[in-house]
Amino acid sequence: MNAPANPAGVLPLSETLFSVPSIRCAGCISKLEDGLALTPGIAAARVNFTARRVAVTHLPELTLPDLTNAIGALGFEAQPLAAATAGVDRESRMLLRALAVAGFASMNVMLLSVSVWSGADGATRSLFYWLSALIALPTVAYAGRPFFRSAWAALRHGRTNMDVPISIGVLLTCAISLFETITGGAHAYFDGAVMLLFFLLTGRVLDSVMRDRARDGVTALLKHTAPGALVLNAGGGTIWREAQSLAPNMRMIVAAGERLAADGVIETGMSRFDLSLLTGESAPQPVRAGDAVHAGTLNVDAPVTVRVTAAGPDTAIADIARMMESATQSRSHYVRIADRAARLYAPAVHALAALSFAGWMIAGAGWHQALMIAVAVLIVTCPCALGLAVPVAQIVACGALMRAGILVKDGSALERLAEADRALLDKTGTLTLGRPEPVDRTGLDARQKSIALALARTSRHPLSQALRRTLEAEGIAAAEVESIAETPGMGLTGRFGGKAVAIGRAEMGGADLACRFEIEGERAETILFRDRLRPGAEVLPGQLAALGLPASILSGDRAAAVAPVARALGLTAQTAMHPQDKLDAIARLTAAGAKVLMVGDGLNDGPALAAGHVSMAPASASDAGQNAADAVWLGDGIASVAIAIRAARATMRVVRQNFALAIGYNIVAVPLAIAGLVTPLIAALAMSGSSLIVIGNALRLRRAAR
Amino acid sequence: MNGIAILIPIALTLGLTGLAAFFWALRGGQFDDLDGAALRILIDEDEPLRRD
Repeated sequence: MNAPANPAGVLPLSETLFSVPSIRCAGCISKLEDGLALTPGIAAARVNFTARRVAVTHLPELTLPDLTNAIGALGFEAQPLAAATAGVDRESRMLLRALAVAGFASMNVMLLSVSVWSGADGATRSLFYWLSALIALPTVAYAGRPFFRSAWAALRHGRTNMDVPISIGVLLTCAISLFETITGGAHAYFDGAVMLLFFLLTGRVLDSVMRDRARDGVTALLKHTAPGALVLNAGGGTIWREAQSLAPNMRMIVAAGERLAADGVIETGMSRFDLSLLTGESAPQPVRAGDAVHAGTLNVDAPVTVRVTAAGPDTAIADIARMMESATQSRSHYVRIADRAARLYAPAVHALAALSFAGWMIAGAGWHQALMIAVAVLIVTCPCALGLAVPVAQIVACGALMRAGILVKDGSALERLAEADRALLDKTGTLTLGRPEPVDRTGLDARQKSIALALARTSRHPLSQALRRTLEAEGIAAAEVESIAETPGMGLTGRFGGKAVAIGRAEMGGADLACRFEIEGERAETILFRDRLRPGAEVLPGQLAALGLPASILSGDRAAAVAPVARALGLTAQTAMHPQDKLDAIARLTAAGAKVLMVGDGLNDGPALAAGHVSMAPASASDAGQNAADAVWLGDGIASVAIAIRAARATMRVVRQNFALAIGYNIVAVPLAIAGLVTPLIAALAMSGSSLIVIGNALRLRRAAR
Repeated sequence: MNGIAILIPIALTLGLTGLAAFFWALRGGQFDDLDGAALRILIDEDEPLRRD
């Protein structure tokens, strides 16, 4: 709408997509679009608010870091998105077009049908039927494709799904109606066929829109933490290289607060590395020259130079990714409830139609009358309400969960979540926040806090960031501290009111992290940091037990670090587990008949998340964790796990009620159809009536996520 | 019968026009960002600010 025109239409421009999760309001949109358009080299920027994305059209010379910095200069954090994630919403577009055509056709065919029902006769009726055929047949050919394709795929593999009875019903109805029209018969069901498609497509469109939204939400969260690294070149200068173009023996400089983009060995410098995403270990590990470090880990303290030993597909992370891929395959065997219903329903319906045909033939009716009755049976039983019963309920529930900050990736995730009867919880980053938080700040008074904030906010060090977050949340205003300087690995110094002030490292025993805060001439204060439990973690085991899911902890961390958490929550724990151990633990439980809900966040949880019957991850999880999980929750609180399970079970209750309603309607309507009493008018009324009842029942789930 | 001969083509043409308009809007990307469209009405400038 207000995207500026391309000023250099002749130049070849490239387009890059960024995920910008912090876009919140109209102001953000105009700030980003106008601000970027003023940046040299950028031709245009277009914000997609729904997906929290910016598409930037720019000169090919601009590199990724340039663009990220340009967005950063406007006050937004941006992550480049792979082009592959850009154009995947083709399916919902296609369905939307089919829905529009079906909607147009059912309106117009219904218009003609109403005239026939109100008494149009003879030549008029024949004309109206011809017109209906003219509208309905191309519509069925176009809008019915999603069903025909899926039904054909199922039949070819010797299976059946909901789309098989739908396709057979629609095609037979059209065929017999066309025959009636040609022979000038009294009953044509074109309206029924297109209306059926319209109702069913509505369900499909909603389903796919909801999936797109959840997927966009998850993509926007993906951090792509180390898309590259600063590499030293022969001349002593540095150059930015993307992760996929890193190669062994390159030397990269890793600043404090940066994630490694490749596996390597430390050449110079010493620091501590946060391995929590990779191993689940909560305390940063000290590393020095000669130590091996892995991609995906976070440098906590000081800059180091790392010689790359493995990049891309050879890294330890890539191994985990492969393990995850093979674990995912077990899940693809899951059969969704609608398809399970269809396996019983389709043969029953087709047998019933065949029996009515045979019955009327034996009873002496003509083959024409017998066929009409058989088709009426098919139309009446065509699973209109049944096809809507599952998707509508799941969409309404997914919408409610999304408003509560829980993104569910698809409907089958809800079905599996409702079935779960055993919970396995990761510790670091799942039960705990996975980031250090200042524990005890009572030692600092308001003046000291404001000085500490002024110092801490200038640094990217994780502890500084944690201190800044906490102090800002307390509403502290930063003091005017001058000449602030950061010595990597040592701390921050500055001057306040003529006195030297400093935050520096403090050596503490055990797993705790700490820093020392000093004002010249005053007693030094130690600020302790600890990985806190997530809000709501204390009550989670009780909630899960009440829902019938006994829980236990699976952690990659040392026993000493897991014990306090396990004790506080009253859970049993297995510790020091490798990704393969977690997989084995799940496999054992699954073999014993349990349906495991896995809740985890790290790379090391990825395979377990993929192998669990169903899985959830917090938004702070690693990319691998979020990709493998069926649902991702936003925010710090872990209560979302129990909310999601309750909502999933409520959804399944409504789905079963919907099935009961749809079947109940069939029990009333089928005898009428077999008796030959169903006219096109009755079929149309019954069809729309039952669909509306099912939709209305599903709408009750709007408050499911409370 | 004469009335019908005029009215039915009119009804169908109107419907088809609506359908075509919807397809055009869909292809133009007008349904890609529904939440954003709701917010863009609040943005004042139609043109980005120019540097002096």
